[in-house]
Amino acid sequence: MEPISKHTGVVAPLDRVNVDTDQMVPKQFLKGLTRKGYGRVLFYDWRYLPGEAPNPTFVLNLPRYQGASILLTRANFGCGSSREHAPWGLLDYGFRAVIAPSFADIFANNCRKNGILLITLPEAKMDDLFERCTATDGYKLTVDLPAQLITDEQGLEIHFEMDPYGKQVLLEGLDDIGLTLKHAPEIAAYEQNHHPNATMYRPVDAKTALPAK
Amino acid sequence: MAPLTMYEKIWQAHVVREGTGEPPLIYIDRHLIHEVTSAQAFAGLEAAGRPVRRPDLTFAVMDHSVPTRNRELPVVDQDARLQFEALERNCKQHGILLFDMASPHQGIVHIIGPELGITQPGLTIVCGDSHTSTHGAFGALAFGIGTSEVEHVLATQCLQQSRSKTMHAVFRGARPAGVSSKDLILALIGKIGISGGTDHVIEYGGEAIRALSMEARMTVCNMSIEAGARAGMVAPDETTFAYLEGRPFVPSGQEFQEHVEKWKGLRSDAGAAFDATVELDAAKIAPQITWGTNPGMVTSVTDRVPEPGSFKDPDQQKAAVRALEYMALRAGTPMVDIPVDRVFIGSCTNARIEDLRAAAGVVRGKHVARTLKAALVVPGSRSVKAKAEQEGLDRIFLDAGFEWRDAGCSMCIGMNEDVLPPGERSASTSNRNFEGRQGKGGRTHLVSPIMAAAAAIAGHFVDVRDLGVDVSE
Repeated sequence: MEPISKHTGVVAPLDRVNVDTDQMVPKQFLKGLTRKGYGRVLFYDWRYLPGEAPNPTFVLNLPRYQGASILLTRANFGCGSSREHAPWGLLDYGFRAVIAPSFADIFANNCRKNGILLITLPEAKMDDLFERCTATDGYKLTVDLPAQLITDEQGLEIHFEMDPYGKQVLLEGLDDIGLTLKHAPEIAAYEQNHHPNATMYRPVDAKTALPAK
Repeated sequence: MAPLTMYEKIWQAHVVREGTGEPPLIYIDRHLIHEVTSAQAFAGLEAAGRPVRRPDLTFAVMDHSVPTRNRELPVVDQDARLQFEALERNCKQHGILLFDMASPHQGIVHIIGPELGITQPGLTIVCGDSHTSTHGAFGALAFGIGTSEVEHVLATQCLQQSRSKTMHAVFRGARPAGVSSKDLILALIGKIGISGGTDHVIEYGGEAIRALSMEARMTVCNMSIEAGARAGMVAPDETTFAYLEGRPFVPSGQEFQEHVEKWKGLRSDAGAAFDATVELDAAKIAPQITWGTNPGMVTSVTDRVPEPGSFKDPDQQKAAVRALEYMALRAGTPMVDIPVDRVFIGSCTNARIEDLRAAAGVVRGKHVARTLKAALVVPGSRSVKAKAEQEGLDRIFLDAGFEWRDAGCSMCIGMNEDVLPPGERSASTSNRNFEGRQGKGGRTHLVSPIMAAAAAIAGHFVDVRDLGVDVSE
């Protein structure tokens, strides 16, 4: 995972609530075996007309938002399906940060695992950012993760909240699995002790459980 | 000791470590995998040279892209075939039990887990699929995860998790005839909205929930994610224990009795505090139909397509305008005047035996409307299919003009050839009416199995309560 610390980029405004992950990467593109190549199909049904000509009215196709790497959007971004293809698509398209009033739960986890910075801001601050973004051609923001600060070239400064662990993961591009494996002795101890302690855990033997065919 | 919710009890029993500076690590008792969200996870393991820690707690099935007919022929869709082959290879390499397309136990992952007794009270269960919340109907903590987390669980049998908030959704009173569990959950989502449950685990309670069968409780928990919740749960009771007894992966005899005694202790203690509570009067809930492009855009069958201006929030107004445009609906149209082109009875929400029995009860001796382009019944599993055939339900559907298919996710997600064509309108028992969900340009209305069956016969939505047939679920 690529670390992210301070990033400056063109901002694209996706002014819709409840953008679900089916819209980000539709089902027909879920048959890949790798994590790559989903940028081309990001927001496929919105972005392309039949025959894959770009839909000229879709915001990401407007010339002024080409090369955008920061996405502004509305509440509950990423709801619905748990498909990680959605953040893979955002990242592959070039987005490193998404700013919204709220994010769906599984999607937020998936973004963190892929080094996408999600910033949650109150609605009023979002409205301000949307206005600035649409008022200025080529509007850019700088997101500064260590300082937890969003700035623009016009003197804007917005502080954002971030949980310390999530921040560390993004800054260092940490491998969660490697971290957890450091706790292998504790996991083994849990496996040893949990069952006799009359909780719910119990090993499964598939060979004896299933009826013979 | 302070009274605990069921969620807190299960959470506490699964914390492996709670250190400073890192999120808690919780143990995962059952990991379900399928062909669409696991290949990249196995590739990640391979790249890092990591083994699967507990293949004996991992179960695999092919469901999302499987064809629902001509199952004996080679899979035509090349990409899907490559995914099936990858799953087969990965399971073989790591010693994971796989229910492949030829297995008599094959079916939608959230249908076969409970059916085989892999799902049990008190367990933590994850799967790379958001409808994993289904398994919470047994008093398990079950939730969907992304592929990176699938990889994490494969490698460590644990997940980093932060503790969720709890919400108590209480359905008071008795559910009227013709109102099904699908209507209860749609009514709740309509009330709290599709992000109303975000950051929460919902425990469903109240007389109307206690009266539900396990199949119906699964329908309710299944759609918890459509309210944005991490998981949904129902406390295990005699209904749960009776369902589980004798299932392949459930302990038997004396051991089963011992488990039952433990399971009885899972329910939330009297006086346990929830972070939020929402109450609904089940007696006042009518059959529900979605009119828009998310499950929260829902209303009663007796109602009309809403005016966008009737929503308070400007963002919601804009979303409603857009939804009506996509759905080609005019505000003010009575819901029962909306015609349907296709009917889909299936999915992890509503393709269990009880759903098929209820739908068959509505279509028995009748025929689908001439205007209908197709009506599909896709059993949730091959076991459900076999049972339905034993009971003669397949004949009832076939005689009524429905197609009778093999088990899989089918037109809920349209990853196989079962797709809703552009511009067509479906009455669907599935869980998502997002734009393009069932097929690009397709227009989905979510309903219960009996409402879908009734729409198939009439060619438009009808209030199933007016039919005068037995519509008990």
